[in-house]
Amino acid sequence: MAFNHKHLIDITEYSADDIMTILETAKNFKQVNERRIKKVPTLKGFTVVNMFNEPSTRTRSSFEIAEKRLSADSLNFGGSSTATVKGESLVDTVKTLCSYKIDCIVVRDRWAGVPRKIADVSGVSVIDAGDGKHQHPTQALLDLYSIWEEKGDLAGLHVGVVGDIAHSRVCGSLIPALKIMGCEVTVVAPPTLLPARPDILGADHVTSNLDEALPELDVVYMLRIQRERFEGAPYPNLREYNLLYGLTEQRDKLLKPDACVCHPGPINRGVELDSFMADHPKRSIILDQVYAGVLVRMAALYLLLGGSNDGIDA
Amino acid sequence: MNDASLVKSVCMDADEIERSVTRIAHQILEANKGAENLALVGIVTRGDLLAKMLAHKIQEIEGVDVPLGKLDISFYRDDFATHFAPEVHSTDISFDIDGKTVVLVDDVLYTGRTIRAALDALMDIGRPAAVQLAVLVDRGHRELPIRADFVGKNVPSASDENVRLFLEEVDGISAVEILEIEPGKRAGSAPIKNNGGE
Repeated sequence: MAFNHKHLIDITEYSADDIMTILETAKNFKQVNERRIKKVPTLKGFTVVNMFNEPSTRTRSSFEIAEKRLSADSLNFGGSSTATVKGESLVDTVKTLCSYKIDCIVVRDRWAGVPRKIADVSGVSVIDAGDGKHQHPTQALLDLYSIWEEKGDLAGLHVGVVGDIAHSRVCGSLIPALKIMGCEVTVVAPPTLLPARPDILGADHVTSNLDEALPELDVVYMLRIQRERFEGAPYPNLREYNLLYGLTEQRDKLLKPDACVCHPGPINRGVELDSFMADHPKRSIILDQVYAGVLVRMAALYLLLGGSNDGIDA
Repeated sequence: MNDASLVKSVCMDADEIERSVTRIAHQILEANKGAENLALVGIVTRGDLLAKMLAHKIQEIEGVDVPLGKLDISFYRDDFATHFAPEVHSTDISFDIDGKTVVLVDDVLYTGRTIRAALDALMDIGRPAAVQLAVLVDRGHRELPIRADFVGKNVPSASDENVRLFLEEVDGISAVEILEIEPGKRAGSAPIKNNGGE
């Protein structure tokens, strides 16, 4: 095991071995999360700043839980309470924070590229918790983890990513990550919700016909319709979207018997995903994904802050 | 183990290891007046295999299956901040340790830091009635006030030597060997961080 990363910003900088190391480490954090004292002293004395400049529920709370269970001290920072509203530049804000001798910044921002900029000016470990429409690497890792736990293996699986590809930063990390791990990826979306160059993400197939794609898939990954990011009207109305691209009860019969359903949350019930599928006891692994969020974020913090361990004989 | 370091001497062969494990099993049973309320917890990655051997012996002697678990101490090490993130192995203690007499099992007792970490890890899992320590080899050089209750063999060693247990199950041969440490590496299981990532 030679994990040699300081930042988690761009998933394409990680090899299949690096990703497997994170997933294996995450799996070993399960026993910590399932016992009475859900805490280990590993990151005692480390300070992590959670800089969320955009709303977030599960990413922010699971990072915070991960930090607390590793005994790191965390500082929550961002939004309208920060000096940026007083006109301070991002670089000045980061340099100010770094003067407190922190060890890691977890950042979510509405602009793509902010995590990289922070990494360049701060000198501390940076984890991208979602930047604009660019990437969301820990989301991709928790998705891989959940699929890996459910299916036992990643290589060779056929994964369909369905919905709002154009506005999705989840896709920006998930599709490359699936390709790194040897999956076959089909993107299903209305033409108006595809990026200008869907091939750049690396999907093997691109289609706008959900019913044709579904019977081939081992994993159906439904994306959230991001109404807050739309300009114009990419589809006539939500009901029509549900009819054409929603995973409805009627579409259940098109799925392979062992196909599973993922969603990064929060779900728009009745739009991209019907409650029947979201709560399906056999197919839905959505709550497993939420739990995996804590596990992979603990693993990422552990591996990134532990530094290099090249050439050790454990 | 494809260890490039030089083997200086073999201090226990397969038969000696077998006899030591048998003796320790008897001593554990004698000290605890039987196997009742006893549990074995081995520290990965060699102590868990020794604990399994001890459990088999105790089964042979007393006809009792004692609960057997394994413990990974990666999250409790005291050198995380200064060295590296150690590879994490699984902890598997599927029984309730509350109120039990837990015998911690490790291969080589050296600085005592591993045992300190293991005690902390154990206390976060439950509240044993008592914790005892069984090791196959005690090589001295303690840095903490820790001693073993059951020792296979005392092996005097220098701090620039490494004492390692090999077991047939994973290494193809069973032996305890004294190895010369390569320059730049540290004795025990925590070599100096190769500072390539900063």
